[in-house]
Amino acid sequence: MNALNADSEPARRIALLGWFMIVLAAIVFLGVALVLSWAVARNRYAADRTPDLTPRGRGWIIFGGALMPALVLATIFVVATSTLGMFPVHGAPSVLVVHVTGRQWWWQIDYLGPNMQPRLTTANELHIPVGKPVRVLLTSADVIHSFWVPKLQGKLDLIPGDTNDLRLRAERVGAYRGQCAEYCGLQHAHMAFTVVADDSATYDRWWTAQLAPGAAPSDSETALGREMFLRGPCASCHTVRGTSARGTLAPDLTHFGSRGALAAGALPNSLGALEGWIGNAPAIKPGTQMPKITDYDGRELRALAAYVYSLK
Amino acid sequence: LLATLACGACTRRVEPSVVPGGDVERGAVALSAYSCGACHQISGITGAVGRVGPPLNGIAERTIIAGELPNTPGNMERWIIDPQSVEPGTAMPNLHVSPAMARDMAAYLYTLRD
Repeated sequence: MNALNADSEPARRIALLGWFMIVLAAIVFLGVALVLSWAVARNRYAADRTPDLTPRGRGWIIFGGALMPALVLATIFVVATSTLGMFPVHGAPSVLVVHVTGRQWWWQIDYLGPNMQPRLTTANELHIPVGKPVRVLLTSADVIHSFWVPKLQGKLDLIPGDTNDLRLRAERVGAYRGQCAEYCGLQHAHMAFTVVADDSATYDRWWTAQLAPGAAPSDSETALGREMFLRGPCASCHTVRGTSARGTLAPDLTHFGSRGALAAGALPNSLGALEGWIGNAPAIKPGTQMPKITDYDGRELRALAAYVYSLK
Repeated sequence: LLATLACGACTRRVEPSVVPGGDVERGAVALSAYSCGACHQISGITGAVGRVGPPLNGIAERTIIAGELPNTPGNMERWIIDPQSVEPGTAMPNLHVSPAMARDMAAYLYTLRD
């Protein structure tokens, strides 16, 4: 999450701009503090001095109060806009187009095919090939969110009714944490995501695995879990490809078990955390659309968690 | 910042654990790592706000656990390691917690008095 430790060109430019502004502000602060100390030390009451109203005296006010701030602000303006101008924009080449939709409070991720139709839908974990430019289209399904991966790129808002266009290119293999950066309601802080930059072989393997339908149950417990999933309320909101669960209101769970976190980073992805989430999601993330469900007994709840967790 | 860190060290629990061989601090880390807090409320564990199972605050004072076992360190460990062996219909999952780690978890839980 450290924006000053960048792993891409745009993030490095932003970090540099940040340092430039910090140093400039420090110089201004020191200058003002020095002049202020000098004024205090002069102690004009003791010397019975009157305000200096000569042109030389007014010069301090014109220089220090108007010219100097105008110069500093103009410098920052020029440097900041030129930094902005260095970002890749519309039309820059990309190897992949991904549509990210902000939702209260998670991220829907659609990988688009050549005709810009969704080819693969997942959530909260964006895999990209390392070193390649990826085009990310940003929209919102409800309120304004902001897509921010500090180590890779500046933040860009997701605005209802509009499409924003961002380029991501990670220079190094790794997992980069992202976070919603525009206050979007109760669980804004629990609206995280991960950008995983894979080498091309790993990325191709991931892509092939994701295209497959959800894993079939491997034992009696996961079989019971799938039965509960398809018969109960889960399937009304969630999709597991290859089954009758085709809900689109909530994250696609076809390969849920392959992700590192659940509920947009509210919990690490583990069997225990998953059962707690299914058992009473609003206790963990108050305000979430995922309801408290009391349809299941202990065995069924365990089976349900085991099934969803088995969808690797 | 340094003052905060220094103070964090001096307010640490120093009382010896009531569970032989159990380590309170390691237990806290383990409870967090296994996301026990997704189902249980546990004082002192960040994010332990779950409301699927019973809150574990005050567990050191209770006499029965899992509705049927006397609340002893041995039973607590057995319950954590394999809940279904005690109560086949329980919602509590078997998370493959090792015996040593279960002992540490029990050590932490027995610091939770009312």
